[in-house]
Amino acid sequence: MERVTVHDRTAFLIRPEHRVVRVLAVLGLLALWEVCTRLGWVPALFLPSPLGVIGELIDMTRSGQILVHVAASLRRLVLGFIIGAGAGMTVGVAVGFFALAEAVGQPLIAATFPIPKIALLPLLILWLGIGEASKVTVIVLGVFFPMAINTYAGVRQADPLLIRAAVAFGAGRWSVIRKVVIPSALPMVFAGLKLGAGTALLLLVAAEMIGAESGIGFLVLQAGNLMETTRLMVGIVLLSLLGVLSHWGLTRLERLVLPWRQT
Amino acid sequence: MRVIVERLGKVYRDRLGHAVTALDAIDLEVEPEEFVAVLGPSGCGKSTLLGIIGGLVPATSGRIVFEGERRPGAPLSATVFQEFALFPWRTAQANVEFGLEELGVPAAERARRARGYLEMTGLAGFERKFPHQLSGGMRQRVGLARALAVEPAVLLMDEPFSALDAQTRQLLMEELLAIWGRTRQSIVYVTHNIQEAVFMADRVVVLSRRPGRILDVVDIGLARPRGEAQLADPALVRAVERIWRLIKSEAQAALTEEQTRRPWSE
Repeated sequence: MERVTVHDRTAFLIRPEHRVVRVLAVLGLLALWEVCTRLGWVPALFLPSPLGVIGELIDMTRSGQILVHVAASLRRLVLGFIIGAGAGMTVGVAVGFFALAEAVGQPLIAATFPIPKIALLPLLILWLGIGEASKVTVIVLGVFFPMAINTYAGVRQADPLLIRAAVAFGAGRWSVIRKVVIPSALPMVFAGLKLGAGTALLLLVAAEMIGAESGIGFLVLQAGNLMETTRLMVGIVLLSLLGVLSHWGLTRLERLVLPWRQT
Repeated sequence: MRVIVERLGKVYRDRLGHAVTALDAIDLEVEPEEFVAVLGPSGCGKSTLLGIIGGLVPATSGRIVFEGERRPGAPLSATVFQEFALFPWRTAQANVEFGLEELGVPAAERARRARGYLEMTGLAGFERKFPHQLSGGMRQRVGLARALAVEPAVLLMDEPFSALDAQTRQLLMEELLAIWGRTRQSIVYVTHNIQEAVFMADRVVVLSRRPGRILDVVDIGLARPRGEAQLADPALVRAVERIWRLIKSEAQAALTEEQTRRPWSE
């Protein structure tokens, strides 16, 4: 007689978190980098040491330079992001809900969204001058499209049964939009916001590399021209911090606004 | 109020563009405080009938008339949906308040009424839970409370318990009867379950398969209040058998046919 014990055959599918390894990977890379530059394997002109970059960052913070550049960049970023996101969401809801708006807006969006927004920068400078307006506008455009397209998709995905239910309980057009369509679209809206935040950062740097006197993009370009690699790296660190922080902030906001999505 | 369904007909076009008669010359009256079950095999247009009474599906011919004294501020009908149709971003209480918001009831009054109906449906203590935190039976209790809260002239129930397991269904059926005993709301209750229809209703309207016509209206003489004890009552068993004989061939024909679309799943 044969006796066979059953074993869990899914054991190899388990994916542990490996928290310690996560931290060690980053620290290890930084340490390796530091060693490479210390031992002179790579000239500091090409690759400044991590500790050097941190030192420079502290110095520039003390002298107030960092504040000037970060403030200038943040103003452009936040202004462009808010206007672009607001406009994109409004257009997305209108195009998603109203058949007439869809007939007008859908082909227009489909025709214009593939344009790399960076290519419009010279045109915007021609129209709006080299000052703040053209910089903010290019960010507005960059955020507008992912927001409009994501909101539109989110609105189209709203459950028809929930719309029926709302109507059954007396909701009219505006109530349906406010109480069913927009909440249904919110997860997609947040995906659009995260996409838009990435695009905004990219366009910010590009815009600040053309005719700016402040901003992180300006800092990076100027340091590059003067071969001040350490300052250049400080700029890059600031940009990556901005990217990480905006993503983290949006994720927190999403959890706050969409408590019903957590299980 | 009395609900009068007059020569109601519904024709829709299927995917291939053929005209399909879902309902044909339906005449029906639902008296105040009456519990009417509409029963039929799948694809007989019973959900469509409910949708038309609720003003959610346009009729092709005929009309629906509500007659009698209307309580001020009360809507004609409110629907309990088979799939619950709760708003996932609203708590149980906010879901119940939805219809009251649309009626323009002030916030304090809304909250008071919502809590009252949540308590009536056994949901006291669950006011702040989101639908995903509730079991199927609890969710449909919220659906029921939401419909009761607007105090409609007639309560429309579209296979309200068919998505639930058998035990939960039996419990909720009895709860609904208990609530109905207190509120005396007229109810139109659509189901494909004969025993359920007979157990719950004063009258069972039996529909044929497409085109949906009224095959028979069966009066159920079972005493109220009804409970588990009546499930084995000879009168109930006789009524179930009678209705089953009426629709057996129809149900067999429906079995071999492809799934029809629900009136609101465009």
